[in-house]
Amino acid sequence: MNKQPGQYFGQPLQRLEDQPLVRGQGCFAADISFPYQLHMRVVRSDHAHGRILSIDTSAAAALPGVVAIWTADDVADIPPIDFREGSVEKLAPFRQHILAQGKVRYVGDPVAVVFATDAYLAEDAADLVRVDIEELVPLLSADDAPQEFSPGLLTEATICSQGYGDVEAAFKQAHAIVELDLSIGRHTGVPLETRGAIGRYDAARDVLELHGAAKVPHRNRESLAKMLSRSTTSLHLYEGHVGGGFGVRGEIYPEDVLVLVAALRFNRPVKWIEDRREHLMATNHSRQQHHRIRAAVDANGLLLGIENEVWHDQGAYIRTHGTRIADMTCGILPYPYKVPAYQADLHFRLTNKTPAATYRAPGRYEANFVRERLLDAIAIRLGLSRIEVRRRNLIRQEEMPYEAPLMALGEHIVLDSGDYEGLLDKSLASIKCVELEAEVAARKANGELVGLGLAMFVEKSGLGPTDGARINVDSSGTVEVVTGGASVGQGFETVMAQVCAETLGVAYTKIRVVHGRTDRIEYGIGAHASRATVMTANATREAALLVRKKALTVAAELLQTPEDQLDIANGIVFRPSQPQGPSISLGEIAQRLRPLSPNRGDHIPGLCAEGWFNTDHQVYPYGVFIALARIDPGTGAVIVERIQIAYEIGRAINPMLVKGQIMGGFAQGLGGALLEEFRYDDRGQPLCLTFADYLMPTLLDVPPVEILLCEDAPSPCNPLGIKGAGESGIAAAGAVIASAVEDALGLPGVIRSLPITPHMIKDILRKSSGTPVEMCP
Amino acid sequence: MKAASFQYYAPTSIADVVALMAEHSDAGIRILAGGQSLVPTMAYRLARPAHLIDINRIAGLDQITDHGEFLEIGALVRHEGFAANRLPARLGAILAHIANHIAHRPIRARGTFCGSLAHADPASEWCLVAATLEAELIAESARGVRTISSADYFRGIMSTALEDDEFLTSVRIRRPADDTLFGFFEYSRRHGDFALAASLVSFQLTAGLMQNVRLGLGGVEDYPRRLAEVESLLEGQSPSAAVFTRAGDLAAQHVNPSAADVDYRIELVKTVVERALQHANETT
Amino acid sequence: MKITLTLNGNKHQVDVEPRHTLTDVIRDACGYTGTHLGCEHGVCGACTIIVDGEAIRACLMFAIQADGRTIRTIEGLAQGNTLHPLQEAFVKHHALQCGYCTPGFLMLATHALEKNPDITDAELQDVLSSNLCRCTGYQNILAAVQDARDTMRTPS
Ligand SMILES: Cc1cc2nc3c(=O)[nH]c(=O)nc-3n(C[C@H](O)[C@H](O)[C@H](O)COP(=O)(O)OP(=O)(O)OC[C@H]3O[C@@H](n4cnc5c(N)ncnc54)[C@H](O)[C@@H]3O)c2cc1C
Ligand code: FES
Ligand code: FES
Repeated sequence: MNKQPGQYFGQPLQRLEDQPLVRGQGCFAADISFPYQLHMRVVRSDHAHGRILSIDTSAAAALPGVVAIWTADDVADIPPIDFREGSVEKLAPFRQHILAQGKVRYVGDPVAVVFATDAYLAEDAADLVRVDIEELVPLLSADDAPQEFSPGLLTEATICSQGYGDVEAAFKQAHAIVELDLSIGRHTGVPLETRGAIGRYDAARDVLELHGAAKVPHRNRESLAKMLSRSTTSLHLYEGHVGGGFGVRGEIYPEDVLVLVAALRFNRPVKWIEDRREHLMATNHSRQQHHRIRAAVDANGLLLGIENEVWHDQGAYIRTHGTRIADMTCGILPYPYKVPAYQADLHFRLTNKTPAATYRAPGRYEANFVRERLLDAIAIRLGLSRIEVRRRNLIRQEEMPYEAPLMALGEHIVLDSGDYEGLLDKSLASIKCVELEAEVAARKANGELVGLGLAMFVEKSGLGPTDGARINVDSSGTVEVVTGGASVGQGFETVMAQVCAETLGVAYTKIRVVHGRTDRIEYGIGAHASRATVMTANATREAALLVRKKALTVAAELLQTPEDQLDIANGIVFRPSQPQGPSISLGEIAQRLRPLSPNRGDHIPGLCAEGWFNTDHQVYPYGVFIALARIDPGTGAVIVERIQIAYEIGRAINPMLVKGQIMGGFAQGLGGALLEEFRYDDRGQPLCLTFADYLMPTLLDVPPVEILLCEDAPSPCNPLGIKGAGESGIAAAGAVIASAVEDALGLPGVIRSLPITPHMIKDILRKSSGTPVEMCP
Repeated sequence: MKAASFQYYAPTSIADVVALMAEHSDAGIRILAGGQSLVPTMAYRLARPAHLIDINRIAGLDQITDHGEFLEIGALVRHEGFAANRLPARLGAILAHIANHIAHRPIRARGTFCGSLAHADPASEWCLVAATLEAELIAESARGVRTISSADYFRGIMSTALEDDEFLTSVRIRRPADDTLFGFFEYSRRHGDFALAASLVSFQLTAGLMQNVRLGLGGVEDYPRRLAEVESLLEGQSPSAAVFTRAGDLAAQHVNPSAADVDYRIELVKTVVERALQHANETT
Repeated sequence: MKITLTLNGNKHQVDVEPRHTLTDVIRDACGYTGTHLGCEHGVCGACTIIVDGEAIRACLMFAIQADGRTIRTIEGLAQGNTLHPLQEAFVKHHALQCGYCTPGFLMLATHALEKNPDITDAELQDVLSSNLCRCTGYQNILAAVQDARDTMRTPS
């Protein structure tokens, strides 16, 4: 494997995506319109929990321009939205129907839909739909005793358990037992573009189209085809520009299905654009979990065993992911440390809140917070430094690949490669930890509340098993890479173009990358779980190698030179030994390979190829966060002054884009740590339905992120050696900020939940007797 | 989030405004000034005025006039209008400083001083200014013109003495003595957000002692008000960190937060009062 | 009601209801979809445009209020094929990921630099804190605007 950056590979090249976007020529969901389209508006439940007694649509239906109003009875033939990874019998009763049947289970639950000729009018009509609901007592916390979900079924849908080793024995022989009660608040991705879906039925071709798709168009096509009893080839999903995904956009929601059903029934295009109020109550929430975690340690601070009991607040229904986040939380929690015995039991509980699912680094943001809080607590308990306790417990480089007896995303965890301690040392050196600690000590002595935080984590990326790509060179020499990947704004096109350019030998600006369209390629894994780069880039490389091979074969005949004496650069096949000698462009070769070309010879037509990449295992990148935070004792405000993120990426195809991912991820992570939280009142009314209540970080809240990007441990699992990066900046953000804030307060064990609000800080300061305990750095 | 329908009027004179208001006051009529509070509430359909009077085409309302004894702020003076003003030095500086705490530039380019007073958000900076520095509000209706003093104006959360048919044409602020010092401090979760607590103070220093102390608090109770107990504590004292701390503590004892997080707001009161005093002291 | 908007130099006569927001009319009636909606209640800044020389939130103005006014949107920023220095800088500094917030930031920054070509870094941070971006973490946006400011100041 060549570690040197190539002409394109490894270069911080400008993005191909940017030109239309800076000119206002992007095509986002709301920008798509079709002649004669109808506008859909959803009528949502105002109650957190209740029985639908009646729905009166007469006043709404009387408005001129209203075409139809549907309630559950009108879509009784449509099954509930299924899990992407296949049915799970036990969880099936908790799936969401596209319109609520009989009961409403959260504020925002769709109960009816209005179709009208204009968006303003549709909203007027929706306002006139009278929904009579008999209110039931809502269940608002996963900590409370489970209630009846439906006759014979409890709101504790299942318990997810994973574990190994003799935990009981570990605790029996422990030198000390450290126990913490920790929780993570409810927050989520909140992309700046709300969701949107435009359904269109083309009767002439008998094709049903969904525009505004994202994330996993191919997988969603399969699910939707099943729900609508159509063949997959007669249903197509189209991804345009996507204004941020972060895990929440691109899952199948009731509205996606509704626009399709309506487009079919009315034989008219149907457009739905979510508004922000709806978004905050309808689009997946995430993260809310309560952990009771116990560690058994020996006298040297070595972990002997961990017990992790979790209460997961799923919200009102189980959506497309099933219990994935729960499984991930339990599976990844111990790493990067060696834990001889481990047991996790997660109570997967439904409540009367917006359903929850994946948000960037699902399960890891939570688990990293919990595990790193635990390590800090162990350090304090044993009088060790926070660095030392981690160093002692890290899995060593010699132990790689490290087979872990746990599962993540349905696979056995095998930590593929890495030098965790090496990265820890590098990051301490890079931030000049010794000097920094001295500076912090001096400021503390001066009465300031400042502190340092440290957090380590293992990421996962590149879930397989297989992805393909097709490359075609046209006779102008333009290269088209058709992928089944998806772009949610991360620079997918540029990255694929860089891989193709490097492998094939063409300028990356000559490459067009197709993604997110089921009509162009049969299969695709989309963009989630940081897998696009790993899987699709390697597939693109495979396809490019095949095209290259074919081009060289043809050129060798024409130039009467053996293939191994030829090279391709800038789209020209030439002899490196004789740069001014005979040459031929890829466009000319493509011209010769046209089906009717008299010069084609015996070659199969077209300068094109399909490449596939298979992998058995995910790859596990890792990182170290160090933060410096200050507290304003007067207001309780937390100011993150510095943040350094060291991340082992294997190989970075475009370091500029990787850094962009890390910076953006951190900003979101900081939001979840300090600002963002969906609060409810005791009747289950959501209190955060505006951007003045759901607080996301602005420019002034996010410090510059100091990034240490390492390429020391290329992944052995793929030829490019790459590991994903999409979730690294957020993964340990909550963990590190909590650690720094607790150090600033000088009160061990006081930071037990996220977000850390100024209110909470003032409470801690008031309740503490005022004598801070010295924490070891 | 599209507003419900309404009738729209864009009169060009105050007389037309009050006539329209008299005609439609029963049917739900609202004035549209900067729209920075009203339009979001209409988008959420929390407000559904049947008639909307856009005052933005009335000439002459966008002036801050210095009448010597008082300043008169017209109904179309935007928040941004205080950024670079020609007001008496110290007063001008504090108003510009305060304006910078209201939302963000594009909102300040539209939102108005008088609109803030009419809207009467408990955390509004301009309401705090009006409550602390003696202000008079000029309300005009078909029934005539009346003057409401700031002490009588605020009634509750977003509730004022203004009648449904009244148009707030201007607000007058008594011009403080030129040697008056001002201090302001507010805390909000993010820059530009509504304050969780804010305090404005003014005093003169005579022979090193604080005189004519005014101390207002906003964002904590239903509407901003002066804290008489704290003012009398400070009156005649020489400014010092210890006195400011005592003032903060006393303020905290005399407030009655309307928000749910009572304990926290009370703690914030201490901080903002103390820091507003420090701010004033630093400007000497 | 019929109104006339001068949009990026072109006159548009459109028929609107009083309740139609300026953003909806620019996008749906005039076809300039580069101006985005992120919240429709004035907080996110995705809809920022320049009306009669002021950067404003277009979701908080009714189109009818803009009758007869001069409006600049993202589509008017480049001169044909030549990008505005701010657009160049956004590309160069990777100041956009999904690009949804980008038109709003570009119009906000355009206005800030036109009003004060010598705007300080601290003032820029203050101005730019008005808009939300969920992707970039802001640092590259700030760097891009600073760079554009410096380029536009230096006469080349
Ligand atoms: C994101 C955001 C952040 C904000 N942050 C702050 C903040 O930190 N501090 C703050 O104080 N404000 C803040 N605001 C509100 C902003 O300052 C508004 O401009 C202000 O509250 C109202 O002024 P307006 O001119 O926009 O009034 P409008 O929105 O036009 O009107 C508000 C109300 O007052 C009535 N009204 C307006 N003018 C008159 C008049 N002359 N006579 C009678 N009635 C009248 C209207 O009918 C309406 O009921 C924020 C707004 C936004 C969108
Ligand atoms: S859409 Fe106008 S500010 Fe968000
Ligand atoms: S680039 Fe996506 S919101 Fe800013």
